[in-house]
Amino acid sequence: MSKEKFITLTSQAVPLSIENIDTDQVIPARFLKATTREGFGENLFRDWRYDGEGKPKSDFVLNDKTYSGKILVAGKNFGCGSSREHAAWAIYDYGFRVVISSFFADIFKGNALNNALLPVQVSDVFLKKILTTVAQKPTTEITIDLQQQKVILEDGSNESFEINPYKKICLTNGYDDIDYLLSLRDEIKVFDTVNS
Amino acid sequence: MTKLTLVERPTQTSEVETGETLSMSHEPKTLFDKIWDAHVVKRSEGYPDALFIDRHFIHEVTSPQAFDGLRKRGVKVFNPSRTTATADHNVPTKDQHLPIKEALSRFQVETLRKNCAEFGVELYDLGHPFQGIVHIIGPELGLTLPGMTIVCGDSHTSTHGAFGNIAFGIGTSEVEQVLATQCVLQYKPKRMKIEINGKLGKGVVSKDIILYVISKISASGATGYFVEYAGDTIRNLSMEARMTICNMSIEMGARGGLIAPDETTFNYIKGRKFAPQGEAFDALVKKWEQLTTDKGATYDKVLTYDAADIAPMITYGTNPGMGIKITDRIPTVAELRDISEQTSFTKSLDYMGLEPGSQLLGKSVDYVFIGSCTNARIEDLRLVANMVKGKQKASGVEVWVIPGSKQVEEQAKKEGLDKIFEAAGFELREPGCSACLGMNEDKVPAGKYCISTSNRNFEGRQGPKSRTFLASPLSAAAAAITGKVTDVRDLV
Repeated sequence: MSKEKFITLTSQAVPLSIENIDTDQVIPARFLKATTREGFGENLFRDWRYDGEGKPKSDFVLNDKTYSGKILVAGKNFGCGSSREHAAWAIYDYGFRVVISSFFADIFKGNALNNALLPVQVSDVFLKKILTTVAQKPTTEITIDLQQQKVILEDGSNESFEINPYKKICLTNGYDDIDYLLSLRDEIKVFDTVNS
Repeated sequence: MTKLTLVERPTQTSEVETGETLSMSHEPKTLFDKIWDAHVVKRSEGYPDALFIDRHFIHEVTSPQAFDGLRKRGVKVFNPSRTTATADHNVPTKDQHLPIKEALSRFQVETLRKNCAEFGVELYDLGHPFQGIVHIIGPELGLTLPGMTIVCGDSHTSTHGAFGNIAFGIGTSEVEQVLATQCVLQYKPKRMKIEINGKLGKGVVSKDIILYVISKISASGATGYFVEYAGDTIRNLSMEARMTICNMSIEMGARGGLIAPDETTFNYIKGRKFAPQGEAFDALVKKWEQLTTDKGATYDKVLTYDAADIAPMITYGTNPGMGIKITDRIPTVAELRDISEQTSFTKSLDYMGLEPGSQLLGKSVDYVFIGSCTNARIEDLRLVANMVKGKQKASGVEVWVIPGSKQVEEQAKKEGLDKIFEAAGFELREPGCSACLGMNEDKVPAGKYCISTSNRNFEGRQGPKSRTFLASPLSAAAAAITGKVTDVRDLV
C-alpha cells in the first residue's frame, strides 16, 4: 500500500537534547490500547509533556512555542527498548517527518522507515552543532535532502547520512515492504513446504 | 497497489541465493550465520534479505493494526499453522474468569479473538490452560525449537534464542509482513560473542549475569549485533536460566541472543506438547547436534568475562545499563564511563530520588514484583519460595507474584508454593505481563520504589513516576523479607 512520499524537507526543528530516549517515553504502555494507527500523537512524550493532572508542563520543549517544525532532534541511542511501532506512529501523527540523532536503536529505525518517518543519523559533532544552532536561533531551517543524502543547515554547513538504497527507493516512491514480499510468494511457498 | 519492479532495483547482481546453496559453503560459520543463511528466501544486492520465519507469536497489543492491513489488502494469513496467539500484555491478573473490566483492554482482547477466528490462528485465550506470557508459553509448549527463526511483535522475543535459534522482536508493519508472507525483510546484523567462564558465587543467578554484562557494555553496547552466549558458565545453566539471559539481550541494544543447543536443551524439549515425539524427535536431535559455531568462524566482536567477578546486581537508574553490584555505590558524575552522559545521568537520578555516590543497600522498598518474561518461570518461583519458606514479608511492603503462564501457576500450586507465598504474605496472582509494563491495573504508584525481576527500569515503566530497581528473583525475595535492598548473601 502506498505511503506518503519523501523527497526533500526544509523545516524548523524541535530540540530534545536527552540521550537514551526509550520508546516507553515516546509513548507510555498505557496508551497502547488503540487498535488503529491514528491518534497516538496526542500522547507523544505523554509523561514529559503533561503532569499528573494532564496539564502541559511548561518546561518541556513540545509545550514551548519557541520551537516548532517537522524535524525532531534528539540525543544518542534514540528509540531504545520496546519494539512498539506505536512510537513511530506517535511521532509521525504529531507531525514530525524526520528524527535526527547520533545513534538509533535498531527496531525503532526499522519501524520509522516502515512509516515514512526518516531517521537521520549524524555524527556526535554535527548533532551538537545542530542543537547549538537551533538553541541560538529557533527559527533556523534545516534541509533534509534524501536524494543527496544530506542534512544542510542555513549557513551551508552540511553532513551526509546513510540510508539503505532499498529503503531510499521505498521512501522516495511511497512503497512498502509487503508489496515486495508478496511478489516473492511462489518462492516462499517452496520454502514453507521444504521447512515444514 | 504499487509494486517494486525489477527495473527499480538498485543493482541486479547476486540474485536468488537460497538457503540450500548458502549452507553448502565450506567456510567456517557461526551458529547465527548457519541459521540465518538457511532461511534466506531471497538475497539481492542492495536489498534486505527476505527471511523465512518458522514460528510467529502474536498478542493483543501489537497485532490489531497488522490484521487490519491484511483486510485492506485483501490478503489471507500465509500459513496460519505457523502463528500462535495469546493474550498477555493487557490482561488483569485477578479474576480472569470474569469479563475484563477496563473497556479499552477488553476491546483489544476481543479484537484479538475476532482476528484469530477470522484468519484461522490458534489462540490461547484467558482461561485456556496454555495461556500465558508469549515468551513463556512458546518454550513450555515445545513450539520453540533449535534452528528456527522466530519473531513476535515484542522486543523480548530474544528469550527463545536460549534454544539455539534466531529469535527477535519486530514492529507491527513486520507482523503484517509475516502474517501475509511468512517472511520479514531484514538486514543481517553483525555477530558478537559474549563468553563467560568460571563458577558463579553464592547468591548469584543468571539474572545477575546479564545485568552485569549490560552494566559493562551499556544499554546500546550491542546495537547492530546479534549475540551468541558461550563459555562454561552458560553451559552449566538450566534452560530457564538461559532464557533469562537471552531475554535481556535487547536491553543492551542487540536484536537477539542465542545459545548453541546441547543435552540440557534436548532434555527440556523432550515430551513437550507440540515438540516432535519418538523417532521424529530422535532424528531432530541428530540435526540439532550440528547447530554449533564452526571452529575458526569469526565474530565481529568478542567479549569475555569471569564468572567470579559477578555479584548480585541491582540497577539504580532509568535504563538497564545503569547497574551496580548490590554492595557498590552509585557512581558519581566524575566516575561516569562517558562524560557526555552527564545530563541523562543527573536526570535519571533526580527521577529515582537518589544521590550520586550513595549506596542502595539498606534503601527501603515499597513494592516487590516477581514476574515477567524475564523471571516468571517455575524455577524462579521455586527460588523465591525456598528463600521465603517459613518467613514473613516486611510490614508495609506489597509483594506480587505473577506466574508466567497458566501451566507455571498450576505447577506452583502442585508443589505447594502457593501455600508458602500465602504464609509469607505474598500475593500469587494469575498470569500476564502485569507490572512489568503497567498496561493493566498492576501499577506501582508515583514515587514508590519497586524491586522488580522484570527487564526495564525506564521512567514510568511500572506506572507513572514509579521507581524501579531491577534485580534477580533471589534479591527481590530478600528485599520482600527485610523491606530493604538486601545482599542476599547475608540471608543464605
